[in-house]
Formats: sequence, C-alpha cells, structure tokens
Amino acid sequence: MDATVSFVLNGKPVTVSSPRDRMLVWVLRDELGLTGTKVGCEAGLCGACTVLVDSEATLSCSTAVGDVAGKSVLTIEGLALDGKLDPVQKAFQDHHAFQCGFCTSGMIMAAWAFLKKKPRATRTEIVEAMEGNICRCGAHVRILDAVESAGKAKGGVR
Amino acid sequence: MRRRTFLQGAAAGALTFFFTTPAGAAPVEPTRPGTYPEDFNAYLKISADGRVGCFVGKTELGQGAMTVLAMLVAEELELDPAQVDMLLGDTDLCPWDMPTGGSLTMWHTAPVLRGAAAEARAVLLGMAAKALGAATADLALKDGAIWVKATPKRRITFGELVKGRKMERHLGKVKPKPLSECTVIGRHFPRKDALAKTTGAAKYAGDLRLPGTLHACILRPPAHGLKLVTADTAAAERVPGVRIVRDGTLLAVLHPQPDTARKALALVKGTFEGTEPDVDDGRIYQYLVDKAAPGQRVMISRGDVVAGEKRAATVVEGEYRNAYESHATLEPHTAVAKWEEGRMTVWASNQSPFVFRDAVAEALKLDKDKVRIVTPFVGGGFGGKLVAPVAVETARIARQVPGVPIQVAWNREEDLFLDGYRPAAVVKIRSGLDAGRGAITFWDSVVTGVSQGEAEFAYEMQTNRYQAPAVPDLHPLKIGAWRAPNAHTNAFARESQLDALAAKAGLDPVTLRRRLANDPRLLRLLDLAVETFGWEPAPGPTGRGIGLACGAWRQALVVAMAQVAVDKATGKVRVERFLEAVDVGLVVNPDGARQQVEGAITMCIGQALSEEIHFKGGHILDKNFDTYLLPRFSAIPRIQVVFADSGTTTTQGIGEPPVVPVAAALANAVFDATGARVTHVPFNPERVLEALKHVAAR
Repeated sequence: MDATVSFVLNGKPVTVSSPRDRMLVWVLRDELGLTGTKVGCEAGLCGACTVLVDSEATLSCSTAVGDVAGKSVLTIEGLALDGKLDPVQKAFQDHHAFQCGFCTSGMIMAAWAFLKKKPRATRTEIVEAMEGNICRCGAHVRILDAVESAGKAKGGVR
Repeated sequence: MRRRTFLQGAAAGALTFFFTTPAGAAPVEPTRPGTYPEDFNAYLKISADGRVGCFVGKTELGQGAMTVLAMLVAEELELDPAQVDMLLGDTDLCPWDMPTGGSLTMWHTAPVLRGAAAEARAVLLGMAAKALGAATADLALKDGAIWVKATPKRRITFGELVKGRKMERHLGKVKPKPLSECTVIGRHFPRKDALAKTTGAAKYAGDLRLPGTLHACILRPPAHGLKLVTADTAAAERVPGVRIVRDGTLLAVLHPQPDTARKALALVKGTFEGTEPDVDDGRIYQYLVDKAAPGQRVMISRGDVVAGEKRAATVVEGEYRNAYESHATLEPHTAVAKWEEGRMTVWASNQSPFVFRDAVAEALKLDKDKVRIVTPFVGGGFGGKLVAPVAVETARIARQVPGVPIQVAWNREEDLFLDGYRPAAVVKIRSGLDAGRGAITFWDSVVTGVSQGEAEFAYEMQTNRYQAPAVPDLHPLKIGAWRAPNAHTNAFARESQLDALAAKAGLDPVTLRRRLANDPRLLRLLDLAVETFGWEPAPGPTGRGIGLACGAWRQALVVAMAQVAVDKATGKVRVERFLEAVDVGLVVNPDGARQQVEGAITMCIGQALSEEIHFKGGHILDKNFDTYLLPRFSAIPRIQVVFADSGTTTTQGIGEPPVVPVAAALANAVFDATGARVTHVPFNPERVLEALKHVAAR
C-alpha cells in the first residue's frame, strides 16, 4: 500500500508515494534518479549504499523510506555545495582513493559522518569507523589517508 | 578555472564519454579479424572545436586505462591528458581490441595507440606546414595549436586544420618521441575519472535509466547441475505490473521496479532436475587429484630428475592447496539490453566488449554487426567480467520484448553463485638442494586444478619436471580467469617449497634466491627489496615473522616481503607491513602503477587469509559478505611499493604481476613467526591452528 512520505533530500523538500517499508536505496535510485548511491549486497554488509540521515551514516539498503519521513537525507549528489566539492570529496580525489569507484560514494558518506563528529581522529579510530565499508579494488590505504587528511583540512567537513 | 565551471564541465563530460557520438566517429573494423586497425583515424578523432577524442576497445574497470591511455596520446600530441576525451569499450565506435585482461593494455594496446598518435602528430604538422607556408622543422606544437617558432602569430589550431573531418593523409609507421623528449610519461596526473567517481556522476550499467526500463530477475536453480523443468508463476503474475518472459530454461520476472521484480520472483515456484556434483569444499582436493591422475602429462622437462635426486643433500616434499575464490567485484554483473530496429544494443559491465558482442550475436543467431556493446564505468573486473553470461541472458530477454530496455542486475547471492571461480588446486613438489646449498639438483612437480603457467621462474635448476592434467571439465564448479591465473597458485607452491628447503638447509631465504637467480634483473630487484625492507639475513624460523616470495608475469618480475604477527591462541594472522619491489619496464603512469600494486597486495591479503567459496554438492553456501570474507580496513598494513629503474622503453602491464607472490610471502612470514608451515590458501585461523599443532607435536 502506497503512502505519502515527505523528507528533505539534499537540502530540498521531496514527497514520494511509496510503500513505507520500501528500502530507501530503491526510492533514491529509481524514483528520484539519484544513482550515485550504489547497491552492493542489499544486506548492510558492504556500505556501498551509505547515505546520511540527519547527518548519521545510514545504510539505505536496510532503511525503510517510511523511517526517514520528516528527516534530512543527504546523498553523494548533494555533498558538493554550489559546485564546490566537500573537503572529503576533494581528499578522495587528491589521494586517488578509489579505483573502480563503486564503493566510493558510500566511503565518502561514511567518512563525512565520522569526521563531522571527530575531525581529528587517530588512524585506529578511522579504521574502526570505516570497517563496515568494503573496497574490493584495494584502495584501503589511500582511503584512510584521504579521510585522515580531510579531517585535518582547514575548516574540516562543513 | 573556477571550480564551479570545472565541476559542471566535467560532469557533462562524463556523459559525453559514453552516451553520445563524438563528431566524426565511425566504426572501424580491422582489415583482418583479430588485428588492430592500421588507420590512426580508428583511434583518434579531432572535432571541429579542436578537442581530441580517443577511441579504444578496452574498458575502464578502475585500473586506470582511461588515464594512462590518454597520457600516451597527450605525449605525442603535446596535450595535457585532460584535453583528451576517452571513449572506451563501444563496439560500434571503437576499433577492435583484445579483452581488458591479462595485463595486456600496456603490453599490446599502448604501443599501437602511441604509434597512431605519433602518426597523427606528423600528419597534423604536415597539414600545418602547408597551411602556414612553413617547413615542418620550423613549427612548434602545444595544447592543440601549431605555430611557426620564429613568428608565433602564424598559428593554426587542430580544429581549424582538420575541420571535424577524417585525416586523409597517412605516413605509415612513425616513431614515437624518444623517452628523453617525453614530458607526460612518468609524471603524475589526476585520474580522468576522479571527479565523476567522487561526485556520484559516474554511470555504471545499473545506473542507466532508459525510459520504460523493465528490471528482470531470473529464476536460478538452487544448485549447480540442476535445470528448470516446470514453473508456477501464478502468484508472481498477480503482482501488479509483473510480466513473465520464458526462453527455454530461462525464466525472468519483469517489473518497472527492481525490488518489486525481486520480490515477485520469490513467488515463483520452480521444479528442477539434474545431477549435482558429488563433492564439497573439504573433499575437493582429493576429488581433483583422483580425477586428474589418469590424464597427467609431462608438460615441462629438463634433465633426469631421478638422477638429480641422487645428488641432493636436502630433500623436501610439499603439497600446496588453494580453495575456490570468487572475483566478488563490488558491482555485481549487470547489463541493460534493448532490441530495436533489428539491432541489439547491450550496455554491459564487462572486460571484453568484442567477446561480449560475439557471444550475444551467437546466442541470438544475429550477425555481429547487429549487436552493439556499450561499456559504462565498470565496478571492478579482476577477470570475472571477461565472460558474457549476463549480457547474453539480458539480450535473450530483451529480444522477446522489442523496444523495451531490460536491465538485469545480479544480486550478491547470484554473483557468488554464477561467478567463474579461481580454480581450486593441488600442487605437489618434491625437490632437493645440493650439499653446497647453491643448486637445485631436482624439482619434480605435479600440478592439478590449474595449468603449469608461470610455474617456472628465473631460477637455475639442474633438472626439473612439471606434470599437469589434460582433463576436460576437471572442475565440478565453473572456473574462470582470476587475476594472474595459474601464476599465483604456482608461485605459492614454488616459493613456499623454496622457503622450506632454505629452512631445512639452514639458509637465509634471500640468500637461496640469490644463489639460484639466473636473471640479473632478479638480482637487482632482490637488492632493491632487501634495502627498502631492511631484510637482515638469517635462516628461518627466526621468530621475526618476515617472509619473502618472488613471482613473474610474462617479463614482469616482483619481489614481495611481508611481516606478520600470529596469535597462537586464535590462529589469527595480522599483517604488519608489506613491500613489493616491481620491475615492469617503463612505468608510464607512476601513481596508476602504484595503485595497481597496492590494490593487488590488499586484495591478495584477502586471498591469502580469508576468501574461500564454501560448497556442498552444487550448492554454493556463501550467499553474501557475511561468510565470503573480503579484507576490510583493519586487515591492511602499511604498504611499500618500489619500482626498479629497468632502463628499458618497453612497458609491461601491471594488473597481474603484483598479485603473484603475495600469498607465498605471507605464508613464509607465518613460518618465520611460528615455525608452522601453512600450505592451504586461504590460511584462515582454523588452518593456522592446525599447522601450529604440527609444530607443537614435533
């Protein structure tokens, strides 16, 4: 049964008609055309679908759209502000912290949520924070370097 | 450029790469099948606005083909790589090429592309000389313009010269610039896919949203060996919007929403018949050996190994195994197909556009020119996307619903079930060292499950013999090419065996390799590794937990050194650091090459320690990443990469070579830490504990 669900998406209010238990990732990708959020395992095991819900890293493959009603959802497409890349995105670019790129949106969103809370984290804390996100190409060391440097960047995450 | 304009420009550029036809592009078939076209226009097109488009039949898997190939074109045409627009993997627009595998891009395609760009440069200079009324020797070339050196105002751009047309002049083979004049090769450039991949703009096959797309979920047998006989689709068909397509044993549930198609598929009740293989992940090794034994043949033989054994003072016998391993690309196999006006277009996540085209044409009984493969960004390959099943099944469904785009995106369970695995294997070796501890007197090896590929190495052996089976359909499960196929299995066995010989003879592992090396490049690489890692020679096990292994892929050589800590209570291996010294000839893109080495080491830490396909009969027990264990951040150590200055101008590919010695270096490090030899990849905690028991019992 379709319900009307309203939330804020990348800074703008949206209303979708969907069963409340439909997973957010499908609504984002299929109803709203935001395909930067990826589907890697559909079981919350790989982190490729990570988005921010009220600034918390959230697995959109395991979160019902009904549960984000009235909340603020940020996807990779909404991270750059007025065409200016977020420091986390910039750090991933500068470090070439990706290869195939399929995990990258989820990595950046997970890193963003973590750095928001703890910009000057230790390497061990970064490893712990990113442990739920899988990279198959083996960009691990560069991803950690990127997250570390983004945290230290002037101004940090926005 | 202000970042805002840059961002918009690049986001638009990402679309241009794949979804529109650059001006002047036209299909160019080679004159002979299986060869590269000789006309440089097949690779390079200059549009009316002077942009240089580069067309190559490879695909961007994350390995950086897009960037390094643009660098080669930029080198010859005096551009920044950012000024070269790459279009990869479109069988209508790109010249024929081999699959994107086997580390062939830099080995085969790069010289062809560089030659084409060199010829284009000479042709452009000739055209400019005529247009400007000057001698070519008096001209300068940079950033898409050519001018007279003495009077820079006499200047013409590529766009003005070519006017969007094909360049008709040909000069035949033109020598690329000498290395001493190169300004792009060997320098650091931003990856061309960096902006698209960090902003979510990069489109993968599953991201295409063609109007009217139906998502198809396919009914799979519960086990290998079984085929669909009957299906009750009544319940699924009651779901609004569902369509069922059948084509022989292929049954697909179609719906505009991918998740609804998946849920409706669960309502289909199928019956299956057939025979599952009678084997499981425990019995597989004996199964392979028994099945292969009658077909074992001597593949390589030098001298008399029986006589060689009589000269040996130290003899070691070893048996080395590896499990089935999945490619497990983070992007599962995905394709979109549309049947329209007698042509099938397939947007496919793939490593081999022309193989996919031919496979789809064959399956649908179409002429090859009626099939077009388009390749968006690919979310990892590693050999798994060399084969075309997803493109074929998507096209078969699309053929039945003309005009409707069909998307098939395997879920993780399908991807782990349908993958062609790195073969399980058993390598038995009996070998010996002479009393002087400087010569291998014999090396007698039986390889089962893979070929003898790269079993030999740059070591002197007085006598050797390698047997491998010629048994078709040896494996009960589907196998495929997994990054450095055969080579990493054989290197694991060889380098573990050498380590065991060195230990038994009381010899430092590096010293043994130095004595055996018959290639000065290997000696130099060992020196480089020793110096960078700080290897202090001592016979193992020393308790330090350091291990060495060497490997080759074609002419490329790699020396790996690892340091591990082993928790003897749990059997858990923690990798503390890992070094590879690599000789791949001329390194065109240093950061790209480094990424490949880092990636290979990281990936193979998973191969060595945790990745294994568990199965019982035809049932694949791993359904997702909860039991199929990829290496996560906490498993990855500090990684050092050093490239040898080989002094050559030829380039080897680098996708495969750094994979080859990783598992062996880690196993040898485990031995050095504990005295326990792990011989079964992956050496997960259970297998490490088992190996430790043997040490305790000794």
